[in-house]
Amino acid sequence: MYPEEYYYSKDHEWIKVENGEGTVGITDFAQKQLGDVVYVETPKKGTQLAFHQSLGVIESVKAVSDVYAPVSGEVVAVNEKLEESPELVNEDPHGKGWIIRIKLKDKSELDKLMSVSDYEKFTQSQEE
Amino acid sequence: MKKTRLNERHKELGGKMIDFFGWEMPVEFSGVISEHLAVRNKAGLFDVSHMGEVTVKGNQALDCVQYLTPNDASRLKAGKVQYTALTTEKGTFVDDMLVYCLEEGTSYLMIPNASNQERDYAWVRRHGENFDVEVQNRSSDYTQLALQGPQALKILNPLIDVELEEIKPFRFRFGKIQGENVLVSRTGYTGEDGFELYTLSYQPQKIWDLILEKGESEGLIPVGLGARDTLRMEAFLMLYGNDIDETTSVLEARLGWLVKFKKGNFLGREALLKEKEQGVKRKIVGFELIDRGIARPHYPVYIGDDKVSEVTSGSYSPYLKKSIGMTYLPVDYTEVGTEFEIGIRNRKVKAKVVPIPFYKRKK
Repeated sequence: MYPEEYYYSKDHEWIKVENGEGTVGITDFAQKQLGDVVYVETPKKGTQLAFHQSLGVIESVKAVSDVYAPVSGEVVAVNEKLEESPELVNEDPHGKGWIIRIKLKDKSELDKLMSVSDYEKFTQSQEE
Repeated sequence: MKKTRLNERHKELGGKMIDFFGWEMPVEFSGVISEHLAVRNKAGLFDVSHMGEVTVKGNQALDCVQYLTPNDASRLKAGKVQYTALTTEKGTFVDDMLVYCLEEGTSYLMIPNASNQERDYAWVRRHGENFDVEVQNRSSDYTQLALQGPQALKILNPLIDVELEEIKPFRFRFGKIQGENVLVSRTGYTGEDGFELYTLSYQPQKIWDLILEKGESEGLIPVGLGARDTLRMEAFLMLYGNDIDETTSVLEARLGWLVKFKKGNFLGREALLKEKEQGVKRKIVGFELIDRGIARPHYPVYIGDDKVSEVTSGSYSPYLKKSIGMTYLPVDYTEVGTEFEIGIRNRKVKAKVVPIPFYKRKK
């Protein structure tokens, strides 16, 4: 279910790091909690994000949820497909439903995140 | 938390449970959008047992209902239903509700909102002291189901010993499903054709299961409170606590059609008459967003730099695929096409007044 090579945050974001850049999205657990996603508000390219700063908002029919930067850095790409097709977040949260790409400022911040096995345990503890 | 008799069923069906004014209720089963569209295109089954049931019986039951509600309850014959309100002396809402006439003149059934049932019961009891009536809160005894959508009649007709074609909108009959007694009315809160079923049965699960099983081939699915809210919003039906409350008058909510001044005295009559003569200062409107975004309850509403009100209801509309909502605007700004702004987080988003209801079913 959850890709091995990703890092995971307690706020249910994932980040996949390649060549100093990280692709960020929300996890399957998060999209299930939210329900049908109907709107995604993304930051502009070039935005500087601090660790755990709100990078945008995901809205389902019933809920509004902040998305936090799992690491600090500069936004280098935004998934523009989400404007027309926010449902990608539900349909493929770990792939086509990615939200932004970020240029990592400090790789050591990844140590604050969870591995896939820790994240799986974490989500189990969150389901009653 | 309070539970309906169908609570276990909802969990078995994968319902996502939430706390709704102290009731553990399903907000969704398969997803708000698919449930919403099932009701518009086929059919959906709702457990709405959290709604209240208050009976007013006795020699002066009609007089009591007439005094407490602005609509004309004397027009109700046995078997008829009326949309009305409980009004304060100021002509504002204690609640909005359906009233069922069980026996003309002497027996009525009120259906308060879940969030209001204790308060409404206390209100009706208190005012009922001046009449020869007995007021009872039967809310925990009743199970209430709503079967809504274009296929509702086709699904329910073979299961009940009543010819449903003969029940016109805002009418009801008594019948049996699976041997259990039910009151069935052609009413709802979705903007679609459909029925609401009330039963005192200890095993309403039998009724729920049978309808779901027999309706499956017609596309029937269980529906939660999430889609109930988006469906009623598209149909521009009020939600107490959002769109109407003790600070909003019946006329401001554009429900003047249910105020019958000629029927005689009722709570709030003087205030409403005065308001009618002077004209309301603000009115509820339906709007859609011109810019991207979703308006949510309590977001500020601006005309120019002035904050004039707040969004009362707002959502993504699954059927219209637009961002829609409701708010009160000064009367000069309520004409269709009028533009204004809504504060969404740190920006102002353009909106415009549109015709209501947002959605009207084809007859």
